[in-house]
Amino acid sequence: MTDTTNAAGAPRGQSAADLVAASLKRRHRKQVWLQAIGIGAISIAFTMLFILVMSLVSTGWQAFTQTHVTLDVYVDPAEVPVERLPRGGFADVAGASLGAMLPDVDMTDRATARSVRNILSNGAQFHLRDLVVADPGLIGRTVTIKVPVSDPFDQLNKGLIDRDTPNEFRRVKNNEIAWFDALQDQGAISKPFNWALFTNADSRFPELAGLKGALVGSFWALLVCFLIAFPLGIGAAIYLEEFAPKNKISDLIEVNINNLAAVPSVVFGLLALAVFIGWFGLPRSAPFVGGLALALMTMPTIIIATRAALKAVPPSIREAALGLGASRQQVVFQHVLPLAMPGILTGTIIGLAQALGETAPLLLIGMNAFITSAASSPFDSATALPTQIFIWADSPERGFVSRTSAAILVLLGFLVMMNGIAIYLRQKFERKW
Amino acid sequence: MNDMRKIERDVHMTDLKIKARGVNVHYGETHAIKDVDVDIVDKTVTAFIGPSGCGKSTFLRCLNRMNDTISICRVTGQIEIDGRDINDRAVDPVQLRAQVGMVFQKPNPFPKSIYDNIAYGPRIHGLTKSKAELDEIVEKSLRRGAIWDEVKDRLNDSGTSLSGGQQQRLCIARAIATQPEVLLMDEPCSALDPIATAQVEELIDELRRDYSVVIVTHSMQQAARVSQKTAFFHLGHLVEFNNTGEIFTNPQDSRTESYITGRIG
Ligand SMILES: Nc1ncnc2c1ncn2[C@@H]1O[C@H](COP(=O)(O)OP(=O)(O)O)[C@@H](O)[C@H]1O
Ligand SMILES: [Mg+2]
Repeated sequence: MTDTTNAAGAPRGQSAADLVAASLKRRHRKQVWLQAIGIGAISIAFTMLFILVMSLVSTGWQAFTQTHVTLDVYVDPAEVPVERLPRGGFADVAGASLGAMLPDVDMTDRATARSVRNILSNGAQFHLRDLVVADPGLIGRTVTIKVPVSDPFDQLNKGLIDRDTPNEFRRVKNNEIAWFDALQDQGAISKPFNWALFTNADSRFPELAGLKGALVGSFWALLVCFLIAFPLGIGAAIYLEEFAPKNKISDLIEVNINNLAAVPSVVFGLLALAVFIGWFGLPRSAPFVGGLALALMTMPTIIIATRAALKAVPPSIREAALGLGASRQQVVFQHVLPLAMPGILTGTIIGLAQALGETAPLLLIGMNAFITSAASSPFDSATALPTQIFIWADSPERGFVSRTSAAILVLLGFLVMMNGIAIYLRQKFERKW
Repeated sequence: MNDMRKIERDVHMTDLKIKARGVNVHYGETHAIKDVDVDIVDKTVTAFIGPSGCGKSTFLRCLNRMNDTISICRVTGQIEIDGRDINDRAVDPVQLRAQVGMVFQKPNPFPKSIYDNIAYGPRIHGLTKSKAELDEIVEKSLRRGAIWDEVKDRLNDSGTSLSGGQQQRLCIARAIATQPEVLLMDEPCSALDPIATAQVEELIDELRRDYSVVIVTHSMQQAARVSQKTAFFHLGHLVEFNNTGEIFTNPQDSRTESYITGRIG
């Protein structure tokens, strides 16, 4: 190229190709930089996530097992007379049979007997009672039971209590360690999976505390939230997107819905406290009220997701239906909405996942109460997963430390599962028009 | 102009189907159609030609009131189909669109089965009483759309799984299934390859027996091949409207001449 009246206005002697070549190096360098920054950002994010999960797993995994002791209990008719059932000296008979397994203990000494009984969880006597009440024929016989040990011994078994700590500073004293080791030598100690974590409700004793109440409470709250937020959110979105005239009022509504999505959730909790509990007199701590508060919070998310999904349906589909003489309502319900459904469901699931992890509004309406049975209706008092974590994190007993982490892992598990479903739906129904 | 054979064809039918007088269309401030008068004859193919942006689609969409769906669009003037003003308050656009079918530029089958694509119109308008009757309409429409042989064994496949040309013929068959009297087609071949285009053009010629067809096209060859009447639009004006043969061999307006000889557009 020697043409000096180059159309691109390149300086003499330099062709456009030369200029492009010269700029390539700079452009490549920029691209490399951009990539490096991107990879750096992702690595940092993943490292954080990894640290979070690892720290939870490292403290939480212990809570997924629970130390148990296997006992042969002689149900002494003197202590457990059949006519007094369901009351009886169940703790005493269980303690007596435990004492019989230990060397050199004088069970007639009341203090020693109490110490021996304290190896067992407080729940052991109730387990035994339930067995005997179910079959009073057991009185006078020997039954084998496998019951949790109390929290300090569980901690000892899991190596969380340091045996080298001087006796006077240690929760479990030297003689108790000797007893526990004796039991261990007899093969009476086992550490099975901690089903109680899922089948028990909350308890003051860590070894008995479980998430059932919280899981049930969260289930009711999410159900109420879904039943309210899903139809209302979709209805509002369809109206705004498909039918409402586009004017100042609809603009104002749109802005407000977007603002609503950004309102701190604690505000919805205050609102629920004032309106649902204060005015309407709904019960405190009830998942129904929690669900209402969460629905207020989730609705904007669903409305925004639904509108986006409706917008994404190509206009050619609407035109096709309109051109055939479909009414607007038919276009929306027979064509647009079915095509938008995967997007709507994805948005809804993500909204519900947010609601599942939401704590502040539930604290305000009292879903952080100490409740030892699972709710059987949305109007019973209950906790929810995040508030249960909140309660346990606040409890002084050592056993609750690992249980808190375990509960967080359970919550994270549900969140991952819900988001997984959302991703699956999105990919399964992703369409190419 | 490769194929001038059909230009010589006479137009025998002269029953007036659509009569438009003084039609003006505004998109907000844009004046897209300026005082257009057109008479569209029954059982003929009328082609709208003109440079891009001259208002062909806009005018076509006036004929089935599709412009109603665009909020900023305002249509004035008189458009009569069979002597009835379609912009009358008493006319429901839903009913009008059942009477005036439309085929769009880009094939737009519903993401449903081929059968359901065709059956949709008859279903919403309640044209059939039984499944057997519906089956019959579906088959008849697909045959008229010249696509029956290609899809008869796969009626449950999605309409979107067909090729572009097949999709467009499916859309034509879908429009026919509602038993319209007028068929509007907005550049129906612009997304198709030459073979599919030839098939659709053949189909249009075939449809003329029963319908009044109005086709927008940017291809003058196509207008020459398929239409009996041609309207030339320019900047929102209807410049010239005549028998197709006349327009292409003996244009009266200098703008028409410039366009068909390739100097504008
Ligand atoms: N939806 C719309 N909104 C605003 N202006 C439009 C719209 N559709 C078409 N127009 C304008 O109307 C004029 C005619 O457009 P159109 O009828 O699509 O032309 P053609 O089909 O002849 O290419 C153009 O100037 C175009 O910009
Ligand atoms: Mg057009």
